[in-house]
Formats: sequence, C-alpha cells, structure tokens
Amino acid sequence: MRQFLHALVRSRSGLIGMVLIVLFVSAAVFAPMLDLPNPLRGDLKARLAPPTWTGLFAPGVHPLGTDQLGRDILSRIIYGSQITLTVAAYAVVLGGIVGVLLGIVAGYFRGPVDRILMRLVDIQLAIPLMLLALLVVAALGPSLTNLVVVLAVTSWIRYARIIRGQVLALREREFVQSARAIGASTTRIMLRHILPNVMTPALVVATLELARIIIMDAALSFLGLGVQPPAASWGRMLAEGRVYISSAWWIVTFPGLAILLTVLSVNLVGDWLRDYFDPRLRT
Amino acid sequence: MTNYALTRLGEALIAIWGVVTIVFFVTRLLGDPAALLLPVGASPEQLEALRVALGLDLPIWKQYVTFLGQVLAGDFGQSFQFTRPAIGVVAERMPATIQLALTAMVLGIIIGGTAGAIAATQRGTFAEFAVMTLALLGQATPVFWLGIMLILFFAVDLGWLPTGGYGDLRHLVLPAITLAVFVSASIARLLRSSMLDVLKEDYVRTARAKGLMPRTIFVWHVARNALIPVVTMIGILTGELLGGSVVTETVFAWPGVGRLIVQGIETKDFPVIQAGVAIIAAIYVAINLVVDLLYAVLDPRIKTRA
Repeated sequence: MRQFLHALVRSRSGLIGMVLIVLFVSAAVFAPMLDLPNPLRGDLKARLAPPTWTGLFAPGVHPLGTDQLGRDILSRIIYGSQITLTVAAYAVVLGGIVGVLLGIVAGYFRGPVDRILMRLVDIQLAIPLMLLALLVVAALGPSLTNLVVVLAVTSWIRYARIIRGQVLALREREFVQSARAIGASTTRIMLRHILPNVMTPALVVATLELARIIIMDAALSFLGLGVQPPAASWGRMLAEGRVYISSAWWIVTFPGLAILLTVLSVNLVGDWLRDYFDPRLRT
Repeated sequence: MTNYALTRLGEALIAIWGVVTIVFFVTRLLGDPAALLLPVGASPEQLEALRVALGLDLPIWKQYVTFLGQVLAGDFGQSFQFTRPAIGVVAERMPATIQLALTAMVLGIIIGGTAGAIAATQRGTFAEFAVMTLALLGQATPVFWLGIMLILFFAVDLGWLPTGGYGDLRHLVLPAITLAVFVSASIARLLRSSMLDVLKEDYVRTARAKGLMPRTIFVWHVARNALIPVVTMIGILTGELLGGSVVTETVFAWPGVGRLIVQGIETKDFPVIQAGVAIIAAIYVAINLVVDLLYAVLDPRIKTRA
C-alpha cells in the first residue's frame, strides 16, 4: 500500500487525477453543508445573470451565473454531480459484478459455455453502445434504476473479455490445480482462488469504464432520456441551455467543463493504474 | 486464410441476426403500436381489428418468425409517421450520416496519425507533451458539448459558419471537426504507444545496425507494424462514430440516420427504429469484418491463431 501511494505521488498525472476526483466527490457529498443556493428554486429577477466574481461569498452572487429560471449554475452543477456520480458508480459496480462473474465462468469452464458467452459479447459489440442504451431507455422509460441498468448492460462485455483471458491462464496454474486435486468445489475454486487474482485487472477496467459511463450518462440526459426535470443533471443542463446559446454562453459552458474535468481526472487515474499494475492490459 | 475468412463471415452473420433479434424484442417493449396508430377514442373493436391486420394478435414467436422473414427480404414494414416503407426512409438519410462519419474519420486519421507519429518519434520534447495533453483532453471532452462550444464560437460569435442544418460544405465543417477531435485523440494515443512498442523490437535495432536509412526503417519496419492495432481501432471507432452520430446529428440538426432514430423513439415509429438500428449495426459489422480480414493480411500470425 505504501509503495502504491509512493508511486501515485511520483506519477504527477495520476496524482492530479486523484486529487481532482477526491475534490469532486467531496463537493458532491458535502454539498448540503456548502451553503449553496437551492439548485431547484429559481429567482426570476435574477434570470440569465452572467457570472460575477466580485464579492464571491455574498448572498445572491452567482459565480457561474444563473440559467433561464434564475437558478444558480454552480449549485446545480454540484447537486447534479451527486446524481451523475451515483448513477455512474452503481453502473460500474453492477456491470463489473456481472462482467467479472461471466468472465470467470467463461474462462474456467471453456467449451460450449465459453462459446455462447463470447458470441453474446460479439453480438452486443455489433450494436453501437449509444444506440443500444437509447433503445433500452426508450423502451423501459427514463428512471434512475433503468439508467443504471442500461449503462451496466453496455459495460459488462469489457470486463468479461479481459477477465476471461486472465482466467484461461489462471486455471492452469498450480494453486488452482492443487485446489481441484484436494476436492474443492468448482464454486469455491472460482470464488476463493480465481476471483482474488482477477480483481486488479477488474479495477483497471472499472476505472476506464467509469469515464466512458459518465459521458454516456450525460449524452442520454442530453437527449432527454436521463434524470427527469427539475432535478439537475449535467446533460440536461446542456440541453436546456442550448436554446439560450446566443444570449447566455455560461449555461452551456460550465456543465460541459464539469463533465470534461471529471472524465479527464478519472482517465488520468485509470491510465496510471493500468500502467502501474499491468501495461499489457492496454487495448 | 479462406477458412479464417469463412469463420469470420459466419460470426458476422450471427452477430447481425443477434442484433435484429434484440431490436425486435426491445421495440416490443416500447408499447402497443396499434394504440398509437389510431386516433384517441377508437373503439376496442377497431383496435383489435388493427392488431389483427398488423399481425400483433399472433403469439410473439410467430411475429418474430414473420419479422425475420420480412427482414431477410429487406422489408421492415411501413413507417408510422411517413407512411412509406421504413427501409426507404432510412436509406434516404444514410448518405448524410455516411458523409459526416467518413469526413470525420479521414480528418481524424490524418490529424491523429501525424500527431501520434510525432509524439512517438520526438520523445521528451514539448511536441510530445503537447500532443499527449491535447489527446487526453480530446478523449475527455463530451462530443455534444464540444459541438455546442464550436457553434457558440464559430457560428454565434464570429458568424463564420452556419449553426446547423444540411447543405453546402460550410454546413459540414463544424460537425465533422467535432467528431474528428475524438477520433484523432484516440488514434494519436494508440499510435504513439504502439510505435514505442515497435521501436523497442529487435528487428528495428537490427535494421539500424545494418545502417538502413532512417526513413526506410520508419516506413518498412516501424510504421507497418505499428499500424496493426490502429487498424483495429479504426473499426471500433467507426461504431462509435455511427452510434455517436445520434448525439452529434441532434446538436447540429444534421438530417442523418441517428437523428431519425431519435425522432423514431420519440414518436414510437417502430419500423423506422428497427430498420435504422439494424442497418447501422450491419454496416458496423461489415466494416469490422473487413478490418479483421485486413488484419490477417497485415499480420500473418492471426491465421494460425484462429
């Protein structure tokens, strides 16, 4: 662990990413304590107010401006990050569990199970993920749960492929062979002996998937298939602000910057993790 | 080689069948098309009559078999909003989507390829740092937001280019650049890392020791081998371009298949959704099939592995 932290601090890009992530997550978690204006209540007298930087902490000052209903943009971005980060985290974990388990099963049993699962992966890879997500959300209706499920569905294949490859090699190793020889059950071998050994690649995939999922979540919200109004979400803020593009540039600029910075920091950490643990995972 | 090609062709056909099946069952979940086709207040008897006419009263597996048969004949049914064959509606929008994706891909390959090669050959210079920073930013930027920002700057503020729509070359500039940024960022990063791997290989050292011209080494030993993963990446990126076009086309009011599918979902125009998704998936599968076969030509080891 100490060696890990040491390498992180020395890597610069990984460290920058990690610091930014901690910052964003704390802002989202501690939002209620930050004394921000209510993200849902507008002030029609202050609608479309441009960003002001004088007297930053005085009440009624909007550092990033207000939207068409006079709602504070900074506050909406921070509260919006709660939803975005929660949805993305659940989707990554759900997709990860399904993908890792199926990857282990495919790699361990090989044969027909493996062939069927990998054919499923191929089929899913043939549909551009965005279209798949769009179709499923449209069919099930937009809700937080459906969003998480859809994003997880677009994600499991990445885990399954990489984990399967790892397991194909692991199952021939001595410790797995000996566990089998002393009569350990298949479930036990898969969960106690193989699973711990694929957690590292799974973590690397998860970080890179997190970045992709945040962007896809924003894109779905942008198309109106994400969290429903009046709740703030980054993609929806962009979609609503687009109408006012010629008069109020700040409405569309800042939520996009928030997405960019979040994805960038997650990517920095993901790249670093991959190079730290295993550069061969590069795809 | 023939065996490998046939296996891959079979896999591609299975993938397309899978897509068509998924699309069929997912669109069934969207709701009852009969209720949408008839005006509000239609009697239950009328609804029932229409369901029978559309074949919706049959068991789901029978509907599925009929659907598969029609798809094989290129028939996805009549579009509900345009009351014309859905396949025709999609085909009309196809050129716009292909034009945009192709322009973005060519731009992206040129920019990303140059940038990646510079970054790999000029290690430790400012040029490498600049390329890698820009590529990281390019990969982290949501495509639709970049599109909006470009509209804000070049169309609203400067007034040089139209904010959206379809027409002459000027309409193509902003959406193509928007998509090309993402493509070139991915290609630059991948090409750099794969070139660095190749530069470490023994055969490059041997070529240098033999005293070959640097340019000969670059073209025949480095570029040829470093391009192999890039070719695969281009196949994957095509899928992202075709799928991502849904968002870009919406931002720029570009009349392509992506926007048509989004409109189809809003109006529950099942035949159009099914035709649109199936055709995009088919194109994507076809491109990846070609990429895989090309890959086998570039790297003879693939055949033996298959």
